[in-house]
Amino acid sequence: MTDPIVRFQDVHKSFGDVNVLKGINLDIKPAEKVAIIGPSGSGKTTIIRMLMTLEEPSSGDIIVDGKNLWKMEKNGHMVKANEKHLREVRGDIGMVFQHFNLFPHMTILENCMTAPIHVKKESKEEVRDRSIQMLERVGLGEKLDNYPSQLSGGQKQRVAMARALVMRPKIMLFDEVTSALDPELVGEVLEVIRDLAKHEDMAMVLVTHEMDFALDIADKVLFLDEGVIAEQGTASEVIEHSENERLQGFLRRFRG
Amino acid sequence: MNNNWSWETFMDALPFVLQGLWITVSLTITCYLFALLFGFVWTFLRRIPNRFFNWIVTWVMEFIRSTPPLVQLFFLFYAWPMIPGIGVTLSPFTSAVLGLGIHFSTYIGEIYRSGIDSIDKGQWEASKALNFSTVDKWRRIILPQAIPPTVPMLGNYFIIMFKEVPLASTIGVAGIMLMANSYGAQNWSYLEPLTIVGIIFLVLSYPSAVLIRKLEIKLNTRFDKNAAIK
Repeated sequence: MTDPIVRFQDVHKSFGDVNVLKGINLDIKPAEKVAIIGPSGSGKTTIIRMLMTLEEPSSGDIIVDGKNLWKMEKNGHMVKANEKHLREVRGDIGMVFQHFNLFPHMTILENCMTAPIHVKKESKEEVRDRSIQMLERVGLGEKLDNYPSQLSGGQKQRVAMARALVMRPKIMLFDEVTSALDPELVGEVLEVIRDLAKHEDMAMVLVTHEMDFALDIADKVLFLDEGVIAEQGTASEVIEHSENERLQGFLRRFRG
Repeated sequence: MNNNWSWETFMDALPFVLQGLWITVSLTITCYLFALLFGFVWTFLRRIPNRFFNWIVTWVMEFIRSTPPLVQLFFLFYAWPMIPGIGVTLSPFTSAVLGLGIHFSTYIGEIYRSGIDSIDKGQWEASKALNFSTVDKWRRIILPQAIPPTVPMLGNYFIIMFKEVPLASTIGVAGIMLMANSYGAQNWSYLEPLTIVGIIFLVLSYPSAVLIRKLEIKLNTRFDKNAAIK
């Protein structure tokens, strides 16, 4: 049994008086593809935002590759992690956002190159080759010198994926990456994710409303409901054999 | 008192007044660069997440903005040296750079802040997700987007400040204003030298305004040329 690359231990999160997550326990193995489904407001996005260090858990531990993400040891005590510690641990994690968040003042090639060069201090030539390769892989080899404002939503999202991949993360997070797209552009983005899921050995966590797609590519499906993981297992376990009524209701609404 | 316009006096006063031109121009540029840099100090001080500290910074800025620059200049030049312990005698030029520079830096700091506030939250999150250091995040992601849209406002302050620079003549900075004044006093004729000062200001501020407009267009087209067709 391999050690998990990500482990959530009794993680709670509240925003003000609202308890969004009420005790999340979760293991993600290296290379595992995990889909998180569930109704809006169930806290799906919060889970991966905490993993990306964009949101701090109210309590509990998140362990990434053996290291506690939000806490560090100081004089024999566990204290709140400082920025240095966070930077060390989150280097293994990449994220693709719902609204792309490309850097508008850079070409798409520069978007991909900037972090490996300035954050990981890699050589410019090497990063350049790798970025071009990655952009070709997502089908944007012709657009290297374009600015994000010149691309369609689907193209922007593919650049965002290339940008995250060039950093070679061990864990990739996808936060409703097709939700902001016009319906006809969803397919091209899902194709890229499918390709990654098949050929890359990094762990992937997808928060998504593309139910059939998620069930198709995921090794493990989590159904999040009212702040807890109400159901988890392989796609067929969750869908065909679950007796959770809320899950059945949720799936029915999606599949019509 | 000579009451009539005289071209002779004009031609006589012109080289005399122009002796101060270099001082006026260099004072303007130095003050402005100082204000541009010091503006960042205010911007970053205001971002320190401590309510009490923030309150102090806000009030210091408010205080500087609500007192006349002339009073600040006089204070720096005449009053500060008299304060026991921290008093330092400054040259007129240095006093003017500090006085006008700090005064305008409070406005410029607010302009930076408006630029930074306009950056989408997603840009900060993407910088974090790509693990940028704090310095690189500001230098490569936030400021290159926040500053270009503020260039017209920054430019306006350049021109406003340029027009406040003659205040420095009151503490003895020998720019065109002081030269015109002393020419007037020596020759008992103020009309021509002060007209020259007016003309010089017009000749210098108008091209600056045009230049700023050009710069603005250039910066805006740089990365957003097709933003309109999105």
